[in-house]
Amino acid sequence: MIKIQNLTKQFGKKTVLDNISFTVEEGEIVGFLGQNGAGKTTTMNILTGYLSGTSGSAEVNGINILDNPLEAKKLIGFLPEQPPLYLDMTVKEYLHFIYDLKGCTLDREKHLDEICEVIRIKHVYNRIIRNLSKGYRQRVGIAQALVGNPKVLIFDEPTVGLDPKQIIEIRNLIRSLGRNHTVILSTHILPEAQAVCDRMVIINEGQIVANEKTENIANIVDANRRLSVKICGPEKEVLSMLRGTDGIAYVETAGTFDKDSTTYLIESKPGIDMRKPLFYALAAKGWPIIGMESLGANLEDIFIAIVDKPRQTKPSKVQNRTKDQHAKETNFHAGNL
Amino acid sequence: MLAIYKREILSYFRSPLGYIFMAIFLCFSGALFSIATLQKGTESNVSYYFTYLLLSFIIVLPLLTMKLFSEERKTRTEQLLLTSPLTLTGMVLGKFFAAFTMFAMTLAVSSLSFISLYTYGHPNTAQLIGHVFGILLIGAACISIGVFVSSLTENQLIAAIGSMAILLIFIMISFISPYINNAWLRTIFSWVSLMERYNAFGNGIFDFNALLYYCSLSVVFLFLTVRVFEKRRWS
Repeated sequence: MIKIQNLTKQFGKKTVLDNISFTVEEGEIVGFLGQNGAGKTTTMNILTGYLSGTSGSAEVNGINILDNPLEAKKLIGFLPEQPPLYLDMTVKEYLHFIYDLKGCTLDREKHLDEICEVIRIKHVYNRIIRNLSKGYRQRVGIAQALVGNPKVLIFDEPTVGLDPKQIIEIRNLIRSLGRNHTVILSTHILPEAQAVCDRMVIINEGQIVANEKTENIANIVDANRRLSVKICGPEKEVLSMLRGTDGIAYVETAGTFDKDSTTYLIESKPGIDMRKPLFYALAAKGWPIIGMESLGANLEDIFIAIVDKPRQTKPSKVQNRTKDQHAKETNFHAGNL
Repeated sequence: MLAIYKREILSYFRSPLGYIFMAIFLCFSGALFSIATLQKGTESNVSYYFTYLLLSFIIVLPLLTMKLFSEERKTRTEQLLLTSPLTLTGMVLGKFFAAFTMFAMTLAVSSLSFISLYTYGHPNTAQLIGHVFGILLIGAACISIGVFVSSLTENQLIAAIGSMAILLIFIMISFISPYINNAWLRTIFSWVSLMERYNAFGNGIFDFNALLYYCSLSVVFLFLTVRVFEKRRWS
């Protein structure tokens, strides 16, 4: 359905996309993952005809976007990172405008009514977009992409800036859209792609580093390497004992959140699951574990696993990231209390 | 193209901009008309009115065009237009005609004041029609310049000031021209002067050359606008 071949994009001397190729089959939901600035948005912009590649080609349903842009664009519904909304229009006026803009031939009222039903924006149909919340604006943005019933839907970071409830709703929505459309969505959040996508294309510094089915991605990384463990015991002694334990690469205190326990962030060495050894070691000392949680993998772990760089070669980065994680953890626990 | 046209017309009336443009234009034209004709006594001459009206274009027409593309760029809605199955030419023409319609409608309203000329005297109808026709053509050229400048920036204020500066040159150059000794420079000035070819219309003569000149000027700037978008895509 979508075929990108040897696509390169340079902005001046900077190469943003470096000879990338991938295909998306009909009916697939593909997650396009990468950190900020990896080249996700550029790829999507080229695929939708907003930008042109420096070399290489992008095809939608066999139609080259450069050779026949109008025909190719008819097949694509695009939600850019910032939904392209005219704030002075009502939802109704806006969707009618999009309908005219795309030159649709479907029954106007029926088609727009169906879209509003699916996206659940019927009750805000006559409201001015300026007055809608961010979640609803995002929905109207998705509705706009659906007008004309295009075969391919391209969503650029569709859940950025939404609250957790809205994120779940939008993910479910995308999942349901995937039944009748080919969907590409970009994100920098791994769990999001895992929740929604059939396959993931991971891009780093303009190059594709992985193109795998979602279930295979988890195998690439050792998801239980980073743990947040709540232990009752004297902090200094626990810390020195943990540091002396075989298999543990890094330990730090995340903070004390109740009277008698402290939370530690523990990172084990590659390939080692420390959960059981930790239990026995701490039980032997008489320091009970009252909480243990796997912090899972993040994109950086995947990059490291794929590119096969030993962690130790980048100590400062590990340190920084763990501190970030620490901050997140602190917030997480503080929120719980 | 029609979709863009309809949206732009709607947006003029959704924001204060359309009303502000109409108010300023009608105030200017009303006051000028009164000063140039009604208060002149027996020797009233509509040509003065139209000449001054043309000068006011430097200020009022950029109000119409400043937001056309710059706002789309700022709010990122241009991404919607550029990824829709719509040609760049269609997009540019839709916006141009929307601004032109606003201008023509307001000019039509201001032209109602000519009725008073018929009440108090015997104006030359051919001359009046010639003036209005010429003004419409010059207006179209000015709007296309504004459309072009608006496509260059995402800041409406810069778009407005930029258009004003270019219009100032295009309109005022014919006033400077007589003071230039160099024949070459005078020829070049006459190429870009919007006022130079206007006089025939004012005498009630249909000047085909002038029509061609103003139309090509509009086409050139609209074409340049399309090229701006082409270039941005490839940059």
